[in-house]
Amino acid sequence: MERKLVCISCPLGCRLSVNWEDEGNITVEGNRCAKGESYAREEILAPKRVVTATVAVAASAAPTTAVAGRAGAGRTATQVRTVAPNPRRLPVKTNAPLLKEHISELLNTLYRMEVKPPLRCGDVLLKDIAGTGVDLVAARSLKGR
Amino acid sequence: MREKRTDAVVIGGGSAGLAAASRIAAAGYSVTVLERENELGGILNQCIHNGFGLQRFKEDLSGPEYAERFIDSVGKQDNVEVLLETTALEVSPGAVHTVYGYSRQGGVSRIDARAIVLAMGCRERNRGNIGIPGTRPSGVFTAGLAQRLINIDGYIPGRRAVILGSGDIGLIMARRCTWVGMEVLAVIEIQSYPSGLTRNIVQCLNDFGIPLYLSHTVSAIHGKDRVSGVTVTPLEEDRSMGAKSFDLDCDTILLSVGLIPDNELSRKFGVRLNPETGGAFVDAGLMSSIPGVFACGNVLHVHDLVDYVSEESERCASFVIQYLKGEYHRQHHPVTAGANVKYVIPNKYLPDTTNRFYLRSLIVKNKAELVVTLDGEPMKRKKLSHVQPSEMVSFSLDAVSPRTSEPGEKRLEVSIV
Amino acid sequence: MKNEVYDVAIVGAGVVGAAIARKLSSYACSTVVLEKEWDVSFGVSKTNSGIVHGGFHYPTSLLKGRLEVAGTIMFDRLQQELHFPFQRCGILVVAFTVEEMKTVERMYRQGVENRIIGLELCNRERIHTLEPKLNADVVGGLHAPSGGVIEPYRFVFSLIESARKNGVELQTRFKVIKAQDEDDYFVIHAEDGRRLQARYLINAAGLYADEVSAACEAERFHITPRKGQEFLLDRNAAGLPGKVIFPVPASNSKGILVIPTPEGTCMVGPTAVEQEDKEDLSTTRDNFERIFHSARRLIPKISERDIITAFAGLRPALEGGDFYIAVSEKQPRLIQVAGIQSPGLTAAPAIAEHVKDLLKIAGLVLTERADYDPLIPEVPRIRRLSPYEADTLLQKEPAYGEIVCRCESVSEAEIVAAIRRGHTTMDSIKFYTRAQMGRCQGGFCSYKIMKILQRETGMSIEEITKRGGKSRLITDRVGDLTVQTPTPPAQDQSGQESGK
Repeated sequence: MERKLVCISCPLGCRLSVNWEDEGNITVEGNRCAKGESYAREEILAPKRVVTATVAVAASAAPTTAVAGRAGAGRTATQVRTVAPNPRRLPVKTNAPLLKEHISELLNTLYRMEVKPPLRCGDVLLKDIAGTGVDLVAARSLKGR
Repeated sequence: MREKRTDAVVIGGGSAGLAAASRIAAAGYSVTVLERENELGGILNQCIHNGFGLQRFKEDLSGPEYAERFIDSVGKQDNVEVLLETTALEVSPGAVHTVYGYSRQGGVSRIDARAIVLAMGCRERNRGNIGIPGTRPSGVFTAGLAQRLINIDGYIPGRRAVILGSGDIGLIMARRCTWVGMEVLAVIEIQSYPSGLTRNIVQCLNDFGIPLYLSHTVSAIHGKDRVSGVTVTPLEEDRSMGAKSFDLDCDTILLSVGLIPDNELSRKFGVRLNPETGGAFVDAGLMSSIPGVFACGNVLHVHDLVDYVSEESERCASFVIQYLKGEYHRQHHPVTAGANVKYVIPNKYLPDTTNRFYLRSLIVKNKAELVVTLDGEPMKRKKLSHVQPSEMVSFSLDAVSPRTSEPGEKRLEVSIV
Repeated sequence: MKNEVYDVAIVGAGVVGAAIARKLSSYACSTVVLEKEWDVSFGVSKTNSGIVHGGFHYPTSLLKGRLEVAGTIMFDRLQQELHFPFQRCGILVVAFTVEEMKTVERMYRQGVENRIIGLELCNRERIHTLEPKLNADVVGGLHAPSGGVIEPYRFVFSLIESARKNGVELQTRFKVIKAQDEDDYFVIHAEDGRRLQARYLINAAGLYADEVSAACEAERFHITPRKGQEFLLDRNAAGLPGKVIFPVPASNSKGILVIPTPEGTCMVGPTAVEQEDKEDLSTTRDNFERIFHSARRLIPKISERDIITAFAGLRPALEGGDFYIAVSEKQPRLIQVAGIQSPGLTAAPAIAEHVKDLLKIAGLVLTERADYDPLIPEVPRIRRLSPYEADTLLQKEPAYGEIVCRCESVSEAEIVAAIRRGHTTMDSIKFYTRAQMGRCQGGFCSYKIMKILQRETGMSIEEITKRGGKSRLITDRVGDLTVQTPTPPAQDQSGQESGK
């Protein structure tokens, strides 16, 4: 059997030609590096994708839109904001490509989650998604308690 | 009024501003960064997808991760002052420049600095710019605004979307919308080829069976209060084939039809702008027509890769440092866009040193060649396996030594053949 | 819903209804304005070209001529009291031929007859000095220095604000479907079931004046929507003129104009095409070339590249070509104010005076109020202040420092001022503050405005609309929709996928 693919491992997008008779016998042509070959195999046998999404940050930790008050007339020593508050949504990603068939379920699960600070970029939020060994990790840090 | 003196003011705390500020501060100069949002990072904060940093860090990072590297770096530098929720509304150029930053908490801050770095990024081309006829219902969003609403605020702008424009932003949003449960009916592209990366066609369209209509346009928007549908019309040899139009029922339209450098402020205080790029005219040191005012990143010209933005901004910073040291010389020679090149940045080169250029092709071609001539004589060639207008090309030119004793403008011209 | 009987109910909160409301607010009478949209100025007045005319187009034998001449001189005082953007920049009617100059001379004589001050017949040299960007082929024209430009929705907003300050009530989303005459008063029914009573009724319902008249069982007439498409050009457009430029008029329309605005942008248009559908505000490409061709004939530097946006409005055309302002013959306590096309905005203050007089004729006793306050507070606009002035303001009101709309330099305080005056749709806020009107057309400020709206009004994000009704922006929150990724069959990828 034959299929034409485009490798998505990097922006180059090598055009690949894949031939196989059975699972053990896959040949790949057109790749400019080893990533292309492994991508092609996986794409035929068990397609996977890195998933990126966002997860809700607990309301107490998120910023409000409060206006800084001023005590009476005249300027107080209020400073311009120099420290960013925590975001309302935390970007997250799988730390490796995940089997496509598990993606919708992962998304539906993580949209029901809520996270709280402190969190470091890379902290694991969901371990071993659907038994695949792939984790969901934070893609930025959350400061505070 | 808060008054402050500093060596350099950086207007914009996104990828360009952060890289420039960090480099200038590392050389020992004081820097103030003005950022209108409540956090640094700029547009990277909403780009939660991967693909950033492959060149610079050899890692596949998301936008926020890439931004965090620079934010942390600036955070450690004591001589960088960051003013968040502060908008630069006025600039008074002079021997020393004055920037007025407005913020709720600090009032108006007057900042005097010898150098200014413009790093305001870009804005999106919108419905008004491209003139889509029809009604004016709600539900028409630029792709970047939709991305912001979904990724930062957690709001979904609609349920059934049609995306106009196959640039990377449109493609990424096709996937993002699908991944929050929206139905994406189609991506419509006016050119005969997609403008985004092929990997994005695969992972954002093919993966979900979203059709891509090349050589088509949205010829009308329908709906009284909210979008109810669009009419899609094919183009054949640039002519609109009305009879072959078809309608798509949707409640949302995302427009990914181009980015424009955001030079509102620059124009206001007299910086000369290049109509080809939408950004400032700059010399080899990325200095604008106003001495001491520099520009880098998307406000100078729209980039595809943030890695190049960081590189360009750091390069710009090194020239700012030269300027602050009093060593900046303006003995520059002209660079022009030749055959098949839309623009080259910068528009000047410095003799006897390495110069780096960024350009965009006008044509789509495989196995193309970049040719650089000096006063008509070819002096560099570079093979390009594939060029297209939506992929920026960059190259370096080692010390060009124009023989000054000979007549001629010593003009460099960059062409694609 | 009050049980009281209002003295006057005004149907329609466009420029005419608003002007009448404000006029009546200076008298001791209870007035309510009924507007079917979610905010005032959302009908015909929303897309008005924003010209305060020079008073030379029509003879005073026509009602609209008399009211235009009377109205145009009332704007300076109104601006002092209400602070809407308005400038008497001057109007030029330009001629390309000797024949056209004859028409111009007729207009000049008409203007002189109408006692318009300052009118000038210009020769070639004079007219090019007045406006250097004119086509070199222009041979002369008419200069009306008293003509000007105005922001129509700001005018309407300020009239309503002043009226409300003096006790006039406003009910929005009130679509009149029936008005029953009960001898002494009308019982007015809204589509949503609301009802109220008023002794006198003023039909200022614009495009729907015919339907309101039918609902009152009064005169039968037909309003034909007449569409006008316009383009808005950038502030930096090379073709921006200093005065309003008119060509010599054609038989049924004033032609394609080039209109500077008080905020420094420029409008090109409008077209004039009749249609049947009162709700069809769609723009088309057909007009595009024609409009720009005509505009460039006047000012060669006008370019499509400067377009920020396009929109269309509908004029309420009535047979006969004049305003229909009269006490109804069928319903003696109904005042008809219909068919108000150009010069409706210019005439509006005078229409209000005239309607007040008709009310008296119809039997309403009007006594001036001692406590009438013609002034409304002026809301500072940060873009008009120098940094030093701004700093002083910010010390008292820090929200002026939070810049929400970068393109038009609009602060949070101005957005809040709009919301607190009842402007709670995205379009209303746009018209009051200019946020979302600039180059990025809301790309950067929309989400900020939505946050402020939520905070100030308690609206949920799904309730925020562009202009009311079903025009919401956000439909769901992330997590509300179930993600179901379709799995298309495995197929070849080439990166050049094409649909049907």
